[in-house]
Amino acid sequence: MDLVVPRPEGLYCPPGGFYIDPWRAVERAVITHGHSDHARNGCGHYLAAAPSAPILSQRLGTDISLGTLKYGEVVSHHGVTLSLHPAGHVLGSAQVRLEYRGEVWVVSGDYKLEHDGTCAPFEPIPCHVFITESTFGLPIYRWSPQAELLADINAWWLKNAGEGRTSVLFCYAFGKAQRILHGLEPAIGPILTHGAVESLNQIYRNAGVLLPSTQHVRHLTDTSQLGRSIVIAPPSAQGTPWLKRFGNYADGFASGWMLVRGARRRRGVDRGFVLSDHADWPGLQNAIAGTGAARVLVTHGQVHVMVRWLRERGLDADALATEYGEEESESGAGAADDGLPPVDSAGPK
Amino acid sequence: MKAFADLYHRLDSSTSNNAKLTALVDYFRLAGDADAAWAVYFLGGGRPRQLVPTKLLRELAIQTSQLPPWLFEECYQAVGDLAETLSLLLPESEYESAAGLASWVEDNLLPLRGAPPGDMLARLLLLLQQLDRRSQLVCIKLITGSFRVGVSKLLVTRALAEIADIDPKRVAQRLVGYTDIAARPTAASFQRLIAGGSNTEADEGDIGQPYPFFLAHPLQIPVEEFAPRLGSPRDWQIEWKWDGIRAQLVKRKGQLWIWSRGEELVTDRFPELAALASHIPDGTVIDGEIVGWKAGALQSFATLQQRIGRKTLNARLLEQAPVALLAYDLLEWQGEDWRPRPQYLRRVQLEQLVLQCAQPQMQVSALLEGEDWQHLERQRSLSRSLGVEGMMLKGQQAQYGVGRTKDVGVWWKWKVDPYTVDAVLVYAQRGHGRRASLYTDFTFAVWDAPIDVAGRKLVTFAKAYSGLTDEEMRKVDAIVRRTTVETFGPVRTVAPTMVFELGFEGIALSARHKSGIAVRFPRMLRWRQDKPPAEADTLETLRALLSQAKTPSTTESNHSVSTS
Repeated sequence: MDLVVPRPEGLYCPPGGFYIDPWRAVERAVITHGHSDHARNGCGHYLAAAPSAPILSQRLGTDISLGTLKYGEVVSHHGVTLSLHPAGHVLGSAQVRLEYRGEVWVVSGDYKLEHDGTCAPFEPIPCHVFITESTFGLPIYRWSPQAELLADINAWWLKNAGEGRTSVLFCYAFGKAQRILHGLEPAIGPILTHGAVESLNQIYRNAGVLLPSTQHVRHLTDTSQLGRSIVIAPPSAQGTPWLKRFGNYADGFASGWMLVRGARRRRGVDRGFVLSDHADWPGLQNAIAGTGAARVLVTHGQVHVMVRWLRERGLDADALATEYGEEESESGAGAADDGLPPVDSAGPK
Repeated sequence: MKAFADLYHRLDSSTSNNAKLTALVDYFRLAGDADAAWAVYFLGGGRPRQLVPTKLLRELAIQTSQLPPWLFEECYQAVGDLAETLSLLLPESEYESAAGLASWVEDNLLPLRGAPPGDMLARLLLLLQQLDRRSQLVCIKLITGSFRVGVSKLLVTRALAEIADIDPKRVAQRLVGYTDIAARPTAASFQRLIAGGSNTEADEGDIGQPYPFFLAHPLQIPVEEFAPRLGSPRDWQIEWKWDGIRAQLVKRKGQLWIWSRGEELVTDRFPELAALASHIPDGTVIDGEIVGWKAGALQSFATLQQRIGRKTLNARLLEQAPVALLAYDLLEWQGEDWRPRPQYLRRVQLEQLVLQCAQPQMQVSALLEGEDWQHLERQRSLSRSLGVEGMMLKGQQAQYGVGRTKDVGVWWKWKVDPYTVDAVLVYAQRGHGRRASLYTDFTFAVWDAPIDVAGRKLVTFAKAYSGLTDEEMRKVDAIVRRTTVETFGPVRTVAPTMVFELGFEGIALSARHKSGIAVRFPRMLRWRQDKPPAEADTLETLRALLSQAKTPSTTESNHSVSTS
């Protein structure tokens, strides 16, 4: 029996009677993580990993009915055993493990394999059926180690600071921003943040994640150090008058899409840093292999590429149509997980 | 190679022209002359004849990445650039090459041309293994020849002028023809580019050297604003804007050279113009337009097209499609640079010269007159039937500038409005470069019958990819993905939901598209989000435009554009 099936409201677990990351309001929703295309308004009851709670409260309201589980903690619902396991994507992100009559399914949500120091690292969960994302499901996508990328960002900042130019770095406000902050070298200069970033910093700090001290741009009074500063801002701030205060600044964008020159040029920033919260091609392959699953269902991203590739490797693979990744648009004000679009939907093959 | 790859990376890591200029100057200061010579060549848009067939590069990528061919194709579609795709798929290399750019090009890359395929593949693989990732990308780009890194020729010129401490105009002149396909840059040619001093040997070195072309700016204001902005028409030298090939005719020391606007030497393609050598005095440079010209009348661009791209010319073609030079400027006279002289004086001397020359294949581009701008606009409205693109306005006092400069005078092009048609988007493909991985290359169609005819179909007539803003591109891309009804290779057939106003310059019968009609320079002018596809234009609209656009030769009796 299929433990997860697509319904117009979202991915549904028939024996359990609940949805996972539904895109419409339903009675019971299990949430893999707090990005807006996965956690939506209006559900009767939410269940998520404990570190996700403050994020969901902030984004969906403090009045939602929210239950939480520790990573690995097991609950049973209508005979379905459910537990949440770290997905390594952002703070509180989880893979959903479902077990029913001896069959194990894992819904991974969004994930990456590299431990980034700001959230619990990805854990491979053995299962019969694995549901995987495919955002960067092309062999061209291979990430450099995080330490190297953060060193690049620090070097860029240092160089700009030496020239007295503010460095403005655009990145998604939830997850990516904190990951970058965690790796910035505070000795270079002041670290300023956009409001959208600052509110999430507090949640990360409360969760015990070490972030350097930051200052909300709005509260900036002493502008003498502006030329040495780095500003962490969401992509929606690009091209807005908000940036005028930084004068002749240098700008960069941190996203996996920056790997391709065309995408970087479209962005119109000086520098693209190839830093993603999603698994790269080898990461996706390793994650899938690590589960031992014989059947793989592929959601949002390079769906048909992944399906064909996995089939050629002898796996039982299929597309699973979802509405995730929809808000990963370049213009995406506030949304945009990785900030950009080339999201290839399942489409006809 | 490392130094050049680092330069490429610096140029690619900034959107600021000043930062790019600094990067170029830094590079030229440190690089050896031979390396710098090749750097100027590639940055200036030069590309050697194909070194390695594209097919072989794909094979290389598939072999080294061990991917199935279909997956490589998917990657290429997402990246939109073959060299970049390859560099992203090659295994990480631990080596760096200290050998310079010149050595890489001359000793490693150029000798690849013509090698047997198996041999070529093995050699190429060995070469790429010696390079770090950045250098790999640059190296493959040198091979594929699509070396675009957001640096204009003007910027290269400025950088060279800065290190040589000479006037950029002199550098620009020396650079003309530098990137010609047959050119082989050497240390000596680089030294010539940056040689200082007054009237040095460097300037004498290439006696066939033309001047950088002076380019016109589009004039896009309503005619009512002409008088306040431009003054009286009498202050302007007004001509037709010819639809031909812009060219410079250089006659020095008994020899004649013809240069196209693309800085290509085309003397051999136009023997009837080469024959002018014995009629034009030495020390003369003429700027003008090569057009199809028969029995004293302008021919359509299609006629001229028969001559373009033909390597060998036979007597029949020369008779069928003869050309003439419509001269409109004199840049050098009696060995003296006349560019700083005012336009009207250059014109007087030009007219005398052409008169004395008395050869039918060289005519003066006729001057147009009008009492006021409105009167001129009425004349301009005849452009299409005359086979011209509108009018040129050149300041009577203007000097002849360099490229798109406006500091010493200005040329305006006052083009006729394009033809427009509301068409339906029916096929989409992913684009290249800035448009990589987005569906931005479209095929457009019109209805084959009016709205009340049941079962009418959409018939294609044009492909276009330019004209949308980045924001519109993203929106259209998303709709293409959502409304795809069928995919065939990289092409998606989309449900007819989007209407665009297409603009184009010419229209002709053609078997290329289903409609039987093809258009010139089609581009999207506007996304008609207000218009349902059913209300898009029909084949009838296109046919009506076709019959309006008579070829010039059929209308010559009414509006002669000949000056003889």
